[in-house]
Amino acid sequence: LHCVSVLLTPRAVNVDLQTDAMLQVDISDALSERDKVKFTVHTKSTLPNFKQNEFSVVRQHEEFIWLHDSFVENEEYAGYIIPPAPPRPDFDASREKLQKLGEGEGSMTKEEFTKMKQELEAEYLAIFKKTVAMHEVFLCRVAAHPVLRKDLNFHVFLEYNQDLSVRGKNKKEKLEDFFKNVVKSADGVLVAGVKDVDDFFEHEKTFLLEYHNRVKDASAKSDRMIRSHKNAADDINRIASSLYTLGTQDSTDLCKYEQMLSLDFTRSCLHKIEARIAADEDLKLADLLKYYLRESQAAKDLLYRRSRALVDYENANKALDKARAKNRDVLQAETSQQLCCHKFEKISESAKQELIDFKTRRVAAFRKNLVELAELELKHAKGNLQLLQGCLGILKGNT
Amino acid sequence: MSLCTELVLDITYHQVKAPLFLVAQDLTLFCICVNVQSQPASLAAEDISTNSNGPKQDSLFDDDPEDLFAEATEEVSLDSPERDVLLSDGPSPAITPITPPTSVITPRIGHTHDDMFTHSSFDEIEEEEGGDSFDIHISVSDPEKVGEYMTSMSLFKRSEFAVKRRFSDFLGLHSKLASKYLHIGYIVPPAPEKSIVGMTKVKVGKEDQSSNEFVEKRRSALERYLMRTVKHPILLKDPDVLQFLESSELPRAVSTQALSSAGLLRMVNKAADAVNKMTIKMNESDAWFEEKQQHFENLDVQLRKLHTSVESLVCHRKELSVNTAQFAKSAAMLGNSEDHTALSRALSQLAEVEEKIDQLHQDQANADFYLFSELLGDYVRLLTAVKGVFDHRMKTWQKWQDSQMLLQKKREAEAKLQFTNKPDKLQQAKDEIKELEGKVQQGERDFEQISKTIRKEVSRFEKERVKDFKTIIIKYLESLVQTQQQLIKYWEAFLPEAKAIS
Repeated sequence: LHCVSVLLTPRAVNVDLQTDAMLQVDISDALSERDKVKFTVHTKSTLPNFKQNEFSVVRQHEEFIWLHDSFVENEEYAGYIIPPAPPRPDFDASREKLQKLGEGEGSMTKEEFTKMKQELEAEYLAIFKKTVAMHEVFLCRVAAHPVLRKDLNFHVFLEYNQDLSVRGKNKKEKLEDFFKNVVKSADGVLVAGVKDVDDFFEHEKTFLLEYHNRVKDASAKSDRMIRSHKNAADDINRIASSLYTLGTQDSTDLCKYEQMLSLDFTRSCLHKIEARIAADEDLKLADLLKYYLRESQAAKDLLYRRSRALVDYENANKALDKARAKNRDVLQAETSQQLCCHKFEKISESAKQELIDFKTRRVAAFRKNLVELAELELKHAKGNLQLLQGCLGILKGNT
Repeated sequence: MSLCTELVLDITYHQVKAPLFLVAQDLTLFCICVNVQSQPASLAAEDISTNSNGPKQDSLFDDDPEDLFAEATEEVSLDSPERDVLLSDGPSPAITPITPPTSVITPRIGHTHDDMFTHSSFDEIEEEEGGDSFDIHISVSDPEKVGEYMTSMSLFKRSEFAVKRRFSDFLGLHSKLASKYLHIGYIVPPAPEKSIVGMTKVKVGKEDQSSNEFVEKRRSALERYLMRTVKHPILLKDPDVLQFLESSELPRAVSTQALSSAGLLRMVNKAADAVNKMTIKMNESDAWFEEKQQHFENLDVQLRKLHTSVESLVCHRKELSVNTAQFAKSAAMLGNSEDHTALSRALSQLAEVEEKIDQLHQDQANADFYLFSELLGDYVRLLTAVKGVFDHRMKTWQKWQDSQMLLQKKREAEAKLQFTNKPDKLQQAKDEIKELEGKVQQGERDFEQISKTIRKEVSRFEKERVKDFKTIIIKYLESLVQTQQQLIKYWEAFLPEAKAIS
């Protein structure tokens, strides 16, 4: 297909803590080629470990995944909610539609074809903007996190101006991942059964398990609702075009010009109404739900890691008791137990803060998006009302 | 100021319960109730809507549809369930307030009499019979002399009466009108189609949503059909129409069954006609007809396309409604599990808003369907009738040409006979020629007449069509306006809830 280059206004998170230096990250440009998207990651920083204060590199989606996975695999970060990885750019649906349109070019009027093509291109652009935004949000979350922002891999990601050569996982590695996940979920069930002594975590566990499932359901249902809306909008577009053609063919009407005008008005009116609503809901509601689906999963992962650490700790305690009873390898058991204890406490402490932050972020994000959704819906409903009433005035006027 | 005579028409649905497994016979009945009111001139002037056409443009009297529907909400008689629906005659006594014609009317269950089945005949395996009866309310107002035509007052014997009609009666009426008027160029509105699938469901007595919808669809279709028929100034005066509207009992229309021999004969005739049409090559002297035919061909294509799109829209909107309802439930669940109180409440509110929006979608889908889709379907069928009259004109022309050719041959034969000595044959030939000359003249007159009629009919049809479509578009936009106003209400109520999250 064609290349689309988008320049975005920087929406970076500027973290400026008292002692910490400034680190500002954004995606300043993006290029879509056949099946890859190339993001230009732009950094502004006063951190001493960077060679320059401002620089850019080009990154692809796989490199973002590599960064994310390196966080997940790092034991040091076990106590943090790892910002969820951005979803893979997916233009398949859009590409398919464009292809179908091309095939069906013969069966529709030139006007219809141009119109549909414009719409599909707009859709493509919207998806493109969205994927850029998702990737940017990931980077900004990392840059905002007091510990993760200092990560070496992160700095390499930001600065190293050549290909990171993170090849996609080969078959063996993918299988290994698969089994790891299977074991994890089995464990998850086990661990979830153990009641936590700490009320805070017990509550969080119950809450997150249920919340995650419900967000998943709501996200799926909102997607379906929006798809239906788009279908209806497409139909209305077609209907409006047909009405227009019909109207302009009418040779019996006296005020032909006015008729044409009013019909054109009606047509664009009808189309704007439905298409707008679908777009708004998409942005505010669906993206929000999708994002929190991933975040709640990340939070769940954190709880899981803590539970694992707890289990290890309890096992170490049991081992220590046994060692003391047999009076053998006591020192070894004591060291091991201390390590486990330390690890567990460290995770618990940071996890508590992370989960509280998660709640704060979640509430703020929902508030912002729900308010904006309501305001947009109102704005459009009022605008549509005006359009419709104007249209009706014209139609009723020339009898 | 002269007023136009108005005919107001309204059909409601009344179901008579049929026992299961019974191949039902004539249980489908429709009731027509006619009420003639007279109004003083000044009052009636106010009633005429601002959209009326002003001074009459042709000799046919106008019926302003705006006024008609305004009056339709007056009265209707819903049959009481105990009445023996087959044996009704005379006026219906009770007049009760009516629900607006566009809403779905829930069928009322009545009881059938046992005697109905003892003397019923089983030969009528009429698939549309299914224990339904329809009440039709026609109200006529503003009787006033319009030109030299009779007033509607004098068209009807009584001022108010009710009759019951079966679905097949409507079909019978159409069949009669078609045979009388189509071949001389009048565009006779086609009757609603039978639907074997839909009626079978109703017959078995299923009380579900889809059978209710089917019944409402049929009721509405019959209403539109009858309205179009009585709006036609010539058809309204037809004795069959008047009998249909007035007389308490109609002879059964037996030849309307789809699967009967008469039905098959009709199908064969239609096929034969189609073949004939292809072989007639007419010398069109009048460009107007060629132009119009082309115009109607184009129109047909456009309307079918539009109809398909609207049906697709109705489908998608119903889907949207379902998905919105599901999302609303999901959002409510999410709100339940959210442990931040204000956010939880806001999410529940969001769920409520979405539920209300779902209802809006449903109403919109109904509007899409009843306003748009059905109208388009009607016009697609109407265009078939229009094309039919053009075909009849061609046939008339062909008949005329055939007579002329035959006359020519006879004249040639006569000329030859002149030289033989056969006075009898010569006389016979001269007689035949005289007869044929008469036929040729008649043929020419017929052709001119049908051409004239078609011109008038087409002009009327086009006017009606433009008016109809404009009315529908306006109604549709008005329904959209309502939707937007509702949406504004809902979101305005929701916004403070969302802002209250802290």
